[in-house]
Amino acid sequence: MNILSVFNIGLLAATLRGATPLIFAAIGVTYAERSGVTNIGVEGIMLFGAFSAVLVTYYTKNPWIGVLAAVIVGGLLGLVHAWTSITLKANQIVTGAAVNLLAVGIPNYLLIAIWNQPGASPMVANIKPLHIAFLANLPIIGPLFNSQNLLAYLAIFAAIVGQIILFHTPLGLHIRAVGEDPRAADTVGIDVYKLRYLCVIFSGMMAGLGGAYLSVAQLSMFTKQMTQGRGFIAMGAMIFGKWTPIGSLGACLLFGFADALQLALQTIGVSIPSDLLMTFPYVLTLIALAGFVGRSAAPAAVGKPYDKG
Amino acid sequence: MKFSFTELIHRITDRKSWLESAGMFLGATVVGLLFGAIVIWSSNKSPIVAYTALFSGAFGSLYGFTEVLMSTTPLLLAGLSVAFAFHCGLFNIGAEGQLMLGGLAAGWAGYAIQGLPWYLHLPLALLCGVAAGALWSLIAGALKAWKGIHEVISTIMLNYIAFNIGDYMVSSNGPLKAAGIIPATPYVLNTARLLPIIPNTRFSGGIFIALVMAVLMGYVLWHTRLGYRIRAVGKSPSAAEYAGIPPRQTMLLAMAISGGLAGLAGAVQVLGLSYRFSSTFSPGYGFDAIAIALLGSLHPFGIVLASLLFGILHAGSVKMQQTAGVSNDIIYAISGIIIFFVALRGVLVNFQSRFSHKNATAKVQK
Repeated sequence: MNILSVFNIGLLAATLRGATPLIFAAIGVTYAERSGVTNIGVEGIMLFGAFSAVLVTYYTKNPWIGVLAAVIVGGLLGLVHAWTSITLKANQIVTGAAVNLLAVGIPNYLLIAIWNQPGASPMVANIKPLHIAFLANLPIIGPLFNSQNLLAYLAIFAAIVGQIILFHTPLGLHIRAVGEDPRAADTVGIDVYKLRYLCVIFSGMMAGLGGAYLSVAQLSMFTKQMTQGRGFIAMGAMIFGKWTPIGSLGACLLFGFADALQLALQTIGVSIPSDLLMTFPYVLTLIALAGFVGRSAAPAAVGKPYDKG
Repeated sequence: MKFSFTELIHRITDRKSWLESAGMFLGATVVGLLFGAIVIWSSNKSPIVAYTALFSGAFGSLYGFTEVLMSTTPLLLAGLSVAFAFHCGLFNIGAEGQLMLGGLAAGWAGYAIQGLPWYLHLPLALLCGVAAGALWSLIAGALKAWKGIHEVISTIMLNYIAFNIGDYMVSSNGPLKAAGIIPATPYVLNTARLLPIIPNTRFSGGIFIALVMAVLMGYVLWHTRLGYRIRAVGKSPSAAEYAGIPPRQTMLLAMAISGGLAGLAGAVQVLGLSYRFSSTFSPGYGFDAIAIALLGSLHPFGIVLASLLFGILHAGSVKMQQTAGVSNDIIYAISGIIIFFVALRGVLVNFQSRFSHKNATAKVQK
């Protein structure tokens, strides 16, 4: 057995597959936090998204309608979070935790109520990998693109566009202003509440999309607790990426790599027990947060409700 | 992500009256149960049949009620754990992982340490559980105190790591696995068990340990210097530091005590009910604990009542599942709604009583 044999182009392809759902969620929370609202509910929203995608795909037989449903459900949950944290000014962390608990209960409950199956849904149609001839025929890196679907390209595209909007457009400037100093932004005529609402709803939609990727692109079914902390890892990636979409993209690829590596090592039967290998992405998140993160990079007004007064 | 719970703690603990807390408790419970009823009803089942089965399961027999108390025990300890950290401004979502490792350590000590009389073995095994929970939570405490990493993210990561450690220890080649096919440690010795004290039930009396901890926590928080420091840091770390209280050390200590309580919850569960550790011994007590701590207004007495409510839900859900075919996953949905309601409570009833930073400073310096 040669451990080095896992380091091949297949590992990189698996890295991108593992990173895709994280990238969506991380871009979403980056926008929410940049506007001054923290959303730890992304974990639960991803789970709701994963479930809605499977449920709708089950009845429509079309996974893309499932993805659309996940985005809508995510957006609605984002709207709830926006309402409680921006308009009602409730504690954002606590309501986020509530969303996460609801996501433990409701999908699992419906799993039994709808299909009478605890643990996992029936198999549904899934999103097929996209074959782009000129990419797949590239030397050496061609295989990297064989197993990716449209959503993977969309994730990378979203990170680039997200970066441009946030740092090179008036809209992005306004979002950052609202997250740094809402009072000053308000004074110069920026609608603080509207921008925060938009960003939080967007974060919900992106988390729903990430969840849909897990269920109808990666697995073609919903399994109990299938997000496994990925929403929180996405938040870690956002912090590691210094609250920028491109930085988050890089961090998500790193976590995707950790996940792909532990899976590959399990497959070749390395002598480390699989239960311990599975901790690798979580340990890496902790180390990344502990080792490389400056303390003052967060938007100044994040987590603080704004009172128009 | 930087965030303090200063305002939330103010809203919850600076209550105007007992009546208000009681009203919040009842209101949140009713809203939670109503929400659960809607979910049950929308899946074409009768919420009345389901809730009747739930409450008759909990109160219909002596056995049923002792089962309620057995479920209440880990919930109470875990609820105290979450609340204790909250008083220091820390949101310990990691109680579940600390509970897992506490159960693991106690289970190990229960069979691996031999030849001790019960009055040494049992406390030692319980202490092993406390120590494991405390050490695990200290990782998050240290990351928070020195690196400014929000404990919500670090404790969740530590949860997943703890679950995997638990799985590994009793997996087919795991170091603590007993012979046979069941993924669990060997049974703990009789000298380390909290044995049933009412015949024909599983009632171990572990609830008394939990109640003592509730009283102790009330004493420490409101009648000792340590408790004063913890609450001062919780209300305003900068004001506390200004008043000469070291916020980092205080946070570490509060986190360790919180983790210790969660570890004890796991230890009591393993030594008093299953008598062996398996990685599935907790159905998410550490997550319910968040709802319990908030529903109980972070006060030990309130937490006793809230954990009893969740004990009823958990113990009764067994019968609800058998008779009404309603799965106990519904309880998490009810918890979620209760947390929502409590988080909104400050908004609903307590608009004007927001403390300014100045008041907090004045309080600390008093």
